[in-house]
Amino acid sequence: MAEPLLRLEHLRKAYGALVVTDDVALAVTAGELHAVIGPNGAGKTTLIHQISGLATPDGGRILFDGADITRLPMHERVRRGLARSFQITSILPRFSVLENVALAVQARSGSSFRFFGDAAAEPALNRAAMAFLEHVGLRPRAHLPAGLLSHGEKRQLELAVGLATAPKLLLLDEPLAGTGHEESERVVATLRRLKGRYTIVLVEHDMEAVFSLADRVTVLVYGRVIATGTPEAVRANTEVRSAYLGEEAA
Amino acid sequence: MTRPALEAAETAVAPRARPARWRGCILPLVLFGLFAVAPALARHGGEGYILALVLRVMILGIAAMSLDLILGYGALISFGHAAFLGIGAYAVGILMSHGVGDAFVQLAAALAASALFALVTGAISLRTKGVYFIMITLAFGQMLYFLATSLAAYGGDDGMTLPRKSLVLGTRILGEGHTFYYVVLGCLVGAYLLCRAIVASRFGRVLRGTRENPVRMQAIGFNPLAYQLAAYVIAGALCGLAGFLLANQTEFVSPAFMTWQRSGELIVMVILGGLGSLHGAIIGAAAFVILEEVLSRITELWKMIFGPMLVLVALFARGGILGFFRGLRRG
Repeated sequence: MAEPLLRLEHLRKAYGALVVTDDVALAVTAGELHAVIGPNGAGKTTLIHQISGLATPDGGRILFDGADITRLPMHERVRRGLARSFQITSILPRFSVLENVALAVQARSGSSFRFFGDAAAEPALNRAAMAFLEHVGLRPRAHLPAGLLSHGEKRQLELAVGLATAPKLLLLDEPLAGTGHEESERVVATLRRLKGRYTIVLVEHDMEAVFSLADRVTVLVYGRVIATGTPEAVRANTEVRSAYLGEEAA
Repeated sequence: MTRPALEAAETAVAPRARPARWRGCILPLVLFGLFAVAPALARHGGEGYILALVLRVMILGIAAMSLDLILGYGALISFGHAAFLGIGAYAVGILMSHGVGDAFVQLAAALAASALFALVTGAISLRTKGVYFIMITLAFGQMLYFLATSLAAYGGDDGMTLPRKSLVLGTRILGEGHTFYYVVLGCLVGAYLLCRAIVASRFGRVLRGTRENPVRMQAIGFNPLAYQLAAYVIAGALCGLAGFLLANQTEFVSPAFMTWQRSGELIVMVILGGLGSLHGAIIGAAAFVILEEVLSRITELWKMIFGPMLVLVALFARGGILGFFRGLRRG
């Protein structure tokens, strides 16, 4: 097997006495959709924060695309192709939907230390941004202030912004969090379209969505990886059943 | 998002729509038009007094506008902005006392010194956030203030009177007729157009994005610090220009140019006029100067009246004077 695109080695992080990431190892192969699941408080979001650079691990290494990125700041990781979405929607509410995406395109196309010329009127940026909006079905909303979108639409916008950074790997932190049934179906449909075209690490609570989407699943409990494998294998794993799935079966 | 926040978002984006963008040009044009004809109007009485007042408005307008660039568009609450006013003024005073009277040399020195001071202090201050940023910018401002009071060779506490205005190619043209007035107006319009361009540019968009959500900006690959620092340097240099002009207007330089009260007044002007609108800062400067002038005639304790007025603006007119006008138009 080829060298994985993302590899975590002996990753450790503690907040005081509380160990939130306990010797985590993870390998994500290029092209796969790798889901990370776990009960509340399993340390899923903290793990994503460490991979994306929002939090620094206490020990261990993060290797991305052949390089050690453990100590790189977030914006450097993004430039290397590691994009993320946030569990709590994180957009620019007073910018238009289009500008939210155009800004991400701008980050990847030439210097932003340009002090003249109307950025909002740069056709290349806007065209590319429109294409990403089309992709997630938000094109009709392009000129609306992003703050006015519905919750589900904001989740879609997060995806479009992530895609616009031209990522090699997309870290999605609970893209279904807080969405209604219909909205979540739309997000799942978008993820299905992205699958295979992008390498995706999906942290998600919604079991149904995870098992239908993922190529491989890693189960995190109290900061430790207790199983990694295909959805079928993980579903059959007895330790997983008792630690996590058992709750739902009961 | 809550209801009021949604409404705020709507008002913030409304001026971007096509027809409104057109309307957005009217007020600045009227403003600059009034400045342009003020010398002609003032001829009917009290010329010297009125023009001195308008000059002060325009110069402080440049300073307030430069602050608006970082405060209104970058959400950086600098409480030491008057330091740059002082640097610009002292560049004129110090060079002149050494016999260098040329305006261009003085201006270059004023811009370079304020940009350098902004670069060094900004690189340090911007590592802090919120109330610590306010405090550290205040500290740098005070440092410079006390440095100025200790410069015995340049008047110390008392400051120094300049022998004349700066020389342009060896001539005293700045002191003749309305030349200086129109030079200041030219600087004001130039500074305004520059700021307008910057705000709309790629750079300005990153700065505005950082104001709204710095973590999001990092998550799409920008290092907010670099953009904030560049904005801080630009704002510092622009305020240095205002200092250069202020020294030339008053033909006097003193540490009083850079007290922390003056920094506070600049913040008041920006908020009074309407945060993040550029020409609002000029209107705020005008309102401040005029109120100071009118109220201080009524009583020496004019700040007793001014203070409560500010409280009212903060409570009921969040968008400042500009926001008030916008409200009228919509209502």
